Amino acid sequence: MSADAMAAPAGPFPDAAGHYGRFGGRFVPEALVAALDELDGAWRTAMADEAFRAEFAALLRDYAATPSLLYEARRFSAKLGARVLLKREDLNHTGAHKVRNVLGQALLTRRMGKRRVIAETGAGQHGVAAATAAALFDLDCVVYMGEVDTQRQALNVARMRMLGATVVPVTTGSRTLKDAMNEAMRDWVANVDDTHYLIGTAAGPHPFPSLVRDFVRGIGDEARQQCLDLTGALPDAVAACVGGGSNALGIFHAFVGDPDVRLYGFEAGGEGVTTGRHAASITGGSTGVLHGTRTYVLQDEDGQTVESHSISAGLDYPGVGPEHAWLHDTGRATYLPVTDDEAMAAFQLLCRTEGIIPAIESSHALAGALTIAPKLAAELGREPTIVVNLSGRGDKDVHTAGGYFGILDKEQ
Amino acid sequence: MSRIGIAFDKARAEGRALLVGCMPAGFPTVEGSIAAMTAMVEAGVDVIEVEIPYSDPVMDGPVIQKASDIALAGGVRTADALRIIEAIAATGAPVVTMTYWNPIERYGVDAFARDLDAAGGTGLITPDLIPEEADEWLAASDAYGLDRTFLVAPSSTDARVAMTVGHCRGFVYATALMGVTGARAQTSAAAPVLVSRVREVSDLPVGVGLGVGTGAQAGTVGGYADGVIVGSALVRCVLDSPDLDSGLGALRTLSAELAEGVRNLSR
Repeated sequence: MSADAMAAPAGPFPDAAGHYGRFGGRFVPEALVAALDELDGAWRTAMADEAFRAEFAALLRDYAATPSLLYEARRFSAKLGARVLLKREDLNHTGAHKVRNVLGQALLTRRMGKRRVIAETGAGQHGVAAATAAALFDLDCVVYMGEVDTQRQALNVARMRMLGATVVPVTTGSRTLKDAMNEAMRDWVANVDDTHYLIGTAAGPHPFPSLVRDFVRGIGDEARQQCLDLTGALPDAVAACVGGGSNALGIFHAFVGDPDVRLYGFEAGGEGVTTGRHAASITGGSTGVLHGTRTYVLQDEDGQTVESHSISAGLDYPGVGPEHAWLHDTGRATYLPVTDDEAMAAFQLLCRTEGIIPAIESSHALAGALTIAPKLAAELGREPTIVVNLSGRGDKDVHTAGGYFGILDKEQ
Repeated sequence: MSRIGIAFDKARAEGRALLVGCMPAGFPTVEGSIAAMTAMVEAGVDVIEVEIPYSDPVMDGPVIQKASDIALAGGVRTADALRIIEAIAATGAPVVTMTYWNPIERYGVDAFARDLDAAGGTGLITPDLIPEEADEWLAASDAYGLDRTFLVAPSSTDARVAMTVGHCRGFVYATALMGVTGARAQTSAAAPVLVSRVREVSDLPVGVGLGVGTGAQAGTVGGYADGVIVGSALVRCVLDSPDLDSGLGALRTLSAELAEGVRNLSR
């Protein structure tokens, strides 16, 4: 992405206080407001600063290896009856779209004169990305990770430690991602003077949802141009998986103003939305306040957060970024659940047809494309073009997938 | 007219600070929490702060987190919290409610204000609701004449202190330090500064919370604040005891020590 592309206004929403319609805003302890205001100011001036944008663009190009390819997946396409173009964010340094966000926030951290970053992580992908950026920028890094997740993802814990980060297992609540976020917020309240909370997705209190979107929107800016170059037209649909929602917002944003491009967000339907064991906050949740923002959340009748479930740790979160809640309410984007089984079938299909092992997160988007392809073809009366955000690579998921398909040798 | 203001006036007339003691509703059980709060009142706590347990309490340290988890695991519901508030209000002690915002939003802001009023509650302390996001609560608290306590922090700018205090009724909650709830070895140096910053813009009573756990600390904080708010140290009495009876004993002892502290001010 060029520095000029980043200067384009980010759109009419949110308002100055971070509201996307009835969603977003700030539901935080007063102690954090000054830091959020500082961050808001730093982000706005940074985005208006050509030198900042140029430095970010250079890092994305020279360090993160972007623009990522837009690859026409012909053998996979043949199975769908659609022309599928994969946005290869899995080829980025650290193996996912998340590197864009952490580099942007690390630059902001340095700009604010802070020396320490904290982060939350579920599967460890954002933790690894945050530790990577911290190493590059010589920042102290503490990653909060649910104790359950540190055991499930021991390899990523080791990665973060190799990169010099301190990993703190969180033993409160359900001991998973949401509790890691709680603990990161508590750390931030106590250490806000010298610490930036390097949040991992387009959620949380304002300005995080908009700020993260700005750092990842290059995915869509690139994909839109690449699609035009490759096919001579815009795609009929863009598909992405949605947990907190950063990769989806990143690819959606450039297309929001293109009315003929359908936007599809695929949530983690787990064992099925009707079973209650899922992480589909929009399709299976209700409006509430979680982690500093008003959005769709999984909650019980008393507003207590309900534990989410997904085979994909990266989507296993009981909330969603407020901009997605708003895109859902306005009807601009369509959100549908994809079950664990559907995602794993798509995972296997991509492995076998294209020789690409996708992240299980991204496999939800692939499965979604399988579902919508025939409907789009019928609607359009021709083969549709679908851009799918392949947001991450599946190396981290080999153990889970191996277990799912029963292909691990017994002693392993 | 503020409901809790009367209690602050009374303490002020006695030349002492008001003692506010916090306990999560339903911890260790619904009946156990009523017994605990009653014991606190009997031992000299002036105002009971009933915290509605929430699954994601980002302002709370490990002690109240654990107590909240126990209460939620025991199945406590918002309706139970209202029942507890009613029971404690019936003892004659003013009851203020502390809650994260989502349980209220889920209950219905106006419905909650109505039911809190009916239960005899004085108002709400809202740790994760700032005035800018509080339109519905401002309207509902006006409609039912409930107090509303927003937080100010050492990091709040002067403009924010003035704005926030301007939206408070009853009393202002000054968070003594940058951090979460939990007893600390030393009282905060930032707190007296914050209290005087509030006083510059308001005549409302100021309660100071976070980090107070002993009678001596209560005396120190009461020396410059109108109210001393104690949570984790009281909760720990019950949390660390092998059974409720011994917990109640420890709770009475600490409550009495704190009540003595707010009458023995280092001014």
